[in-house]
Amino acid sequence: MTLRFRQPGVLPGFGLTLGFTLGYLGLLVLIPLAIAFLRVFQLSWDEFWQIVTAPRVVASYRLTFGAAFLAALVNSGFGLIVAWVLARYRFPGKRLVDALVDLPFALPTAVAGITLTMLYSGNGWIGQYLKSLGIKVAFTPLGVIVALVFISLPFVVRTVQPVLEDLEAEVEEAAASLGANRWQTFRRIIFPAIRPALLTGFTLAFARAIGEYGSVIFIAGNLPMVSEITPLLIVSKLEQYDYSGATAVAVVMLVISFVLLLLINLLQRWSRTRQV
Amino acid sequence: MHGSPNHNPVSTIATEPAIIRGSLIALALTFLTLFLFVPLVAVFYEALRKGVAVYTAAITDPYALDAIRLTLLSTAFAVPLNMLFGIAAAWAIAKFEFYGKSVLITLIDLPFAVSPVIAGLIYVLLFGAQGWLGPWLTEHDIKIIFAVPGIVLATVFVTVPFIARELIPLMQAQGIEEEEAALVLGASGWLTFWRITLPNIKWGLLYGVVLCTARAMGEFGAVSVVSGHIRGLTNTLPLHVEILYNEYQFAAAFACASLLTLLALVMLALKTLIERQTARQRQIPASEETP
Amino acid sequence: MSIDIQGLYKRFGDFVALDNIDLTIPAGQLVALLGPSGCGKTTLLRIIAGLETADRGQVLFDGVDASRRHVRERGVGFVFQHYALFQHMSVFENVAFGLRVRPRAVRPSASQIQAKVKTLLELVQLGWLADRYPHQLSGGQRQRIALARALAVEPQVLLLDEPFGALDTKVRKELRRWLRRLHDELHITSVFVTHDQEEALEVADRIVVMNRGRIEQIGSPEDVYDAPATPFVYQFLGHINLFHSRVHAGWARVGGLRVQVPEYDDTENAPALVYVRPHDIDLLREPEDGDTTLPATVSRVSALGSVVRLELIQSPGGEIAEVEMTREHYAVDPLRAGDMVFVKPRQMRVFLHDDPKIEPLVHWNGDGDGI
Repeated sequence: MTLRFRQPGVLPGFGLTLGFTLGYLGLLVLIPLAIAFLRVFQLSWDEFWQIVTAPRVVASYRLTFGAAFLAALVNSGFGLIVAWVLARYRFPGKRLVDALVDLPFALPTAVAGITLTMLYSGNGWIGQYLKSLGIKVAFTPLGVIVALVFISLPFVVRTVQPVLEDLEAEVEEAAASLGANRWQTFRRIIFPAIRPALLTGFTLAFARAIGEYGSVIFIAGNLPMVSEITPLLIVSKLEQYDYSGATAVAVVMLVISFVLLLLINLLQRWSRTRQV
Repeated sequence: MHGSPNHNPVSTIATEPAIIRGSLIALALTFLTLFLFVPLVAVFYEALRKGVAVYTAAITDPYALDAIRLTLLSTAFAVPLNMLFGIAAAWAIAKFEFYGKSVLITLIDLPFAVSPVIAGLIYVLLFGAQGWLGPWLTEHDIKIIFAVPGIVLATVFVTVPFIARELIPLMQAQGIEEEEAALVLGASGWLTFWRITLPNIKWGLLYGVVLCTARAMGEFGAVSVVSGHIRGLTNTLPLHVEILYNEYQFAAAFACASLLTLLALVMLALKTLIERQTARQRQIPASEETP
Repeated sequence: MSIDIQGLYKRFGDFVALDNIDLTIPAGQLVALLGPSGCGKTTLLRIIAGLETADRGQVLFDGVDASRRHVRERGVGFVFQHYALFQHMSVFENVAFGLRVRPRAVRPSASQIQAKVKTLLELVQLGWLADRYPHQLSGGQRQRIALARALAVEPQVLLLDEPFGALDTKVRKELRRWLRRLHDELHITSVFVTHDQEEALEVADRIVVMNRGRIEQIGSPEDVYDAPATPFVYQFLGHINLFHSRVHAGWARVGGLRVQVPEYDDTENAPALVYVRPHDIDLLREPEDGDTTLPATVSRVSALGSVVRLELIQSPGGEIAEVEMTREHYAVDPLRAGDMVFVKPRQMRVFLHDDPKIEPLVHWNGDGDGI
């Protein structure tokens, strides 16, 4: 291999495509986002602080982030199992199952919302059994978690599955030849290899769940202080023409989301350097 | 792209006892049944519960048809625009070196990290009556928020990254040698793009288009904020489902929901087909004869 | 078409890829750019092609400056290291591409294209593969199709970037002989990049040895091998033995060995390095008079096909030297491990330590092709 660098060179279209990319992103995404931040500066610090730390708002953060975290956690566990089963085992209907895992990506969230509500309400297909166990899902924080589990289900599966498929069988055979049992091989050989992907999947699921709106509003019941998520709070502030309030809360969410996005990028870079 | 077939032959040593395998499969399937398969079946069950007549009435209702039309319209804007953007961004990023490239890649992902509700909000802040451009727009009698342009904008925003994200890694992996070869042979830039680059990325592009279409048709949060829910005017199909549901017209709501679900299933099928296609292309073995 | 390169300079960031390159390639020759990774040879080739632009300097085709001419208009054929065949096109369409993209006015007719591609595929002996796709071909076949594609536009200059680098040894040997024959048939001015000295020595009319963005030597294969201009060339082409030495008043001394070096008549007591090829050494059973030999012990004898290689140690734990001789020569008086011998170099080169051409040196048994 001879050392070579690519520079804007003989291939045409660099200026055109980069210009278009930056213009498009700028006009559609960056400038509108920047304006939201600017809008917040119209508030004094005290006003801002009061809005974003009002009890109802804080309760919504707790629910949004708590439920998103729990949903991501549930999906990390079950997602890992699903990914494992799809990558390693044969069973009838596997290809169909594999294809359907992505359904939450494709299904409109409103559809997911009304369907889950119907299923998990007290007289629904699943809700009636849970009810007899004394568990109420629809119109409670638990319902929020159920909706978020649904919409963030594919992330962990789809980040972990390809890594599991690419693992060399030889490595596991080597571990076995050295006397490791299956559990030891999993814990010491396989798990460390998929850990970065698992973390990435978790973070993606978490980030997606935080922002979710469509599926949650149906199932949550939306009781202030109890089952009201932050995105809904932003919408209701907007509907009351409280633009400053909506923007202030939105900016808090945006900042947290950006930090998460940064984290995802770092994680992905980290896992790439570890896997190659 | 995901879901390539298992090409990792696991030997008998490197696998688990049948009982563990069985339990893991059972566990995975139970989880997926509760959270995926039952809801999927339930949509169609609820939609048809009151009979075919109610179903057809619901989806041929003029408001429903208007909603379908608007959904298709905003998708028809979002997909080509983001396709253009995706190709341009991938070309710049994959074929050239420049400073700030990794920042740009992160910025492209930004709409994924923004809650759809906030996506709607920022356009309200920009174009709404109280927004920065609000007075100017009112003066010139241009309506964006609570009108079709706002819905289109919001849909475009949430689907910005889909196609770019598929194309960037694909084009990076393909490198620039084929394009260089075409240029050396005398082809112009456009010709090189149409005859060499585009055929090479067509499956990735199609894949991105499928994902983008699915998301564009189903978007709810962002569209909900900018829509104003004016029936027959600014209602998309997902918003129409919400209205029907809130009016306790469950059968009609699920009828419309089943339409969206069918579209989602079509998209999934297309996506799976494309994955199979690309996996097959990768696996064709080169014949190893000596010349 | 002849190529003239004048004062070419190219930098990537802080890395100087080409440092004032001057080079003339006469029409009809097959020239190898030879050097280690990162020596700038590929960059030079890409600048000749117009795929890269130089920061300074000119490339002249038949005396006409081509620096401003776009790669499309240079009329060069370029063969890429990894073939760069168009994956979605058949072999036929690949070869036809250069003709099909011509402006309508100068585009050959469909039947002309058909005939031309057929001829080219016959030329590379792969006519039967016309309807296959690149992924159905072996590496060697792909490389020949890539060549046929480059030749289709009737280039005045053929440029090949590590043309055989991705092939296995056997195929590589066959292909380079084939390339030589093809060149003898077509006589297109050709430049190919390689890091494989054997390839360069076997195929090229002239070899340009490059290192760190500079040209170390230009010459015929015999020139660069038998009379290396710099220590680098000595090291890079073939195996060498390297001895520390001191030069004083026209004499170099290595242990008990004294050699006259008239070019260093005025040098006073300077450290130097002595380069000797393994096959330029005689081994004697008895010492000669007049400080012409060095005593050593045979530590290892290995027969490698037609040659026998012996490893020598000058003193216990000391430097190891390598000697090669033909099997016949060895058979006259077979030496065994442990035998005492006297080393007599037939030919050597001495470079002073402070000679700017000397690289900070590496190994005792400079192993040229390992770099």
